Amino acid sequence: MPRTLFDKIWDAHVVEVMEDGTAVLYIDRHLVHEVTSPQAFEGLALAGRRVRRPDATLAVADHNVPTEDRAHGIAEPESALQVATLVANVEAFGVPYIPVTDRRQGIVHIIGPELGVSLPGMTIVCGDSHTSTHGALGSLAFGIGTSEVEHVLATQTLLQKPAKNMLVRVEGALPAGCTAKDIILAIIGQIGTAGGTGHVIEYAGSTIRALDMAGRMTVCNMSIEAGARAGLIAPDDVTFDYVRGRPSAPQGEALERAIEYWRTLPSDPGAHYDSLVEIDAASLVPMVSWGTNPEAVVPITGCAPDPAAERDPARRALLERMISYMDLTPGQKMAGTKIDVVFIGSCTNGRIEDLRAAASVARGRKVAPGVRALVVPGSGLVKAQAESEGLDRVFLDAGFEWREAGCSMCLGMNPDKLTPGQRCASTSNRNFEGRQGPAGRTHLLSPSMAAAAAVTGALVDVRELV
Amino acid sequence: MQPFTTLTGIAASLPEQNIDTDKIIPARFLKTIKRTGLGKNLFDTLRYDESGAERPDFVLNQPAFRHAEILLAGENFGCGSSREHAPWALLDFGIRCIIAPSFADIFHGNCFKNGILPIVLPADICAALQDDATLGGNARLSIDLSRQVIIRPNGEEIAFEVDEFRKHCLLNGLDDIGQTMQLIPAIDHYEARLAASHDWMPGVMVG
Ligand code: SF4
Repeated sequence: MPRTLFDKIWDAHVVEVMEDGTAVLYIDRHLVHEVTSPQAFEGLALAGRRVRRPDATLAVADHNVPTEDRAHGIAEPESALQVATLVANVEAFGVPYIPVTDRRQGIVHIIGPELGVSLPGMTIVCGDSHTSTHGALGSLAFGIGTSEVEHVLATQTLLQKPAKNMLVRVEGALPAGCTAKDIILAIIGQIGTAGGTGHVIEYAGSTIRALDMAGRMTVCNMSIEAGARAGLIAPDDVTFDYVRGRPSAPQGEALERAIEYWRTLPSDPGAHYDSLVEIDAASLVPMVSWGTNPEAVVPITGCAPDPAAERDPARRALLERMISYMDLTPGQKMAGTKIDVVFIGSCTNGRIEDLRAAASVARGRKVAPGVRALVVPGSGLVKAQAESEGLDRVFLDAGFEWREAGCSMCLGMNPDKLTPGQRCASTSNRNFEGRQGPAGRTHLLSPSMAAAAAVTGALVDVRELV
Repeated sequence: MQPFTTLTGIAASLPEQNIDTDKIIPARFLKTIKRTGLGKNLFDTLRYDESGAERPDFVLNQPAFRHAEILLAGENFGCGSSREHAPWALLDFGIRCIIAPSFADIFHGNCFKNGILPIVLPADICAALQDDATLGGNARLSIDLSRQVIIRPNGEEIAFEVDEFRKHCLLNGLDDIGQTMQLIPAIDHYEARLAASHDWMPGVMVG
């Protein structure tokens, strides 16, 4: 029977199936960060258990770390304790760890692929919903809760039921000004934040094939924003070229044998999908979110909705709440909306390709008066690469802040936060109320759109600047 | 894990759609290294105003619902992050059962691991239960997990579905790890096979 990419990875990792269909699924890679792991290690210690496969585990602190000079450590006591707890745990349990001061430190979903820890065909988990990012390599990667983190630490397996398969096919050339971020925002706008619930989404079609790995990771990253457990893209030569030479990837002859296996993974012709979504790339326009969930998006040429036009009372109440929280007026044009802060970074758009895209808009321009603009590389290695290309100078000359790697202003857990009422153009993935700081307002968009907003001081169609 | 067998309690209604995990427990409260103590910040921004004072109109601040053990939620409840702090906060407040038309996947799974029963029912039935809930302390809902029924204040029974394995774990207060540990020989066997067929796969190297 023809099988999908998901089916093949799943089948290859089933240790045992229980009577009711729950599978014991083997996990190849387990990424660990400081926020969702302390209680798991505590549970392990209390039960006198060990980490079954430290060599399949990698820990890093990213959410709490300040993105300024690291020499002073972490000022905030609770954040400091959480990171210190991770350090104590990795030492006690012998788990590989990248220290906060190491140049390879960064956001867990950036460094996994970057270091070759995440590879095609693998099952990859992390106590973090954006683990879906790693699916861009053609691996089954998904977020888990802390109880499951403990389960994987102890047994290197998870108890899972198979997901349904959804195929999202995007065909055609991307129009000027559009990026992977616009593709995924448009998809979520179309299928909704619960559209992928119970599914793993496989992204396919000529537009997806033409994306580089950074773009593919941006797309898979936000699968969770469509409610899907994971996103997947079939591995191909773009993937193999990306993997080649990375420190934890197989090398030489071993890599060739790995590639031989990875080439068997793409979905078979005629494989069954439970649902199909088709997107015509030619119809895409740079996107921006107007509301407080990621399906509340419109093209930058569009307007915030008018709740009065909505028939369903529950839906109308939701639109009203979002419009009011975002301090927009019904029907307001998105372009021209003044912003206070710009955040370029996160596991969605913190890779070198994202910084290059933003820099190409920022080059030779100035951040608008009164706007605070942050550029936060996704990892220390991304930062070093950007500096070797002179991108730091481009940003600094334009008046952007150039910071150390971490989650930064993607969520309000470290010193980089919005203050109440501030409006932010952000390349991150969630625009929930208070996500970037209490009472902060978030507009999700691509790195080039964010840079364009920084230099004009308002949401703007990046196509007008290039 | 505390077993879940039967529960009779006050139900509070929070019918808004897409209540995300940042609403259930905002990121700034995730800095704890414990599972307990999060209840006071459950629904923090919905529950308290900027000065930290309770918002009197929020359901869990109303005298009749302060001791609610059942939450009647809206569609796609728990969407967003994988943070288990969300069920921990609900549990710490005293919520043991959530009834909604739909849940986000990870949150749904996380509930079971913490002795919270999430029940999916059609929207019209959820709406009827929300009507019951307006009676507050004057009307309690009962949930019988082994029979898979909810008993309304008028005595009417509503059946619900639950995954067999998860039901077994909840009824007996079993955590998954203990059970999976019994399968170690099978896991050993799988690993041996993997080492042979995927001998190209190196371990994590960050020396
Ligand atoms: S960058 Fe944002 S979404 Fe990504 S792991 Fe960090 S906090 Fe989560």
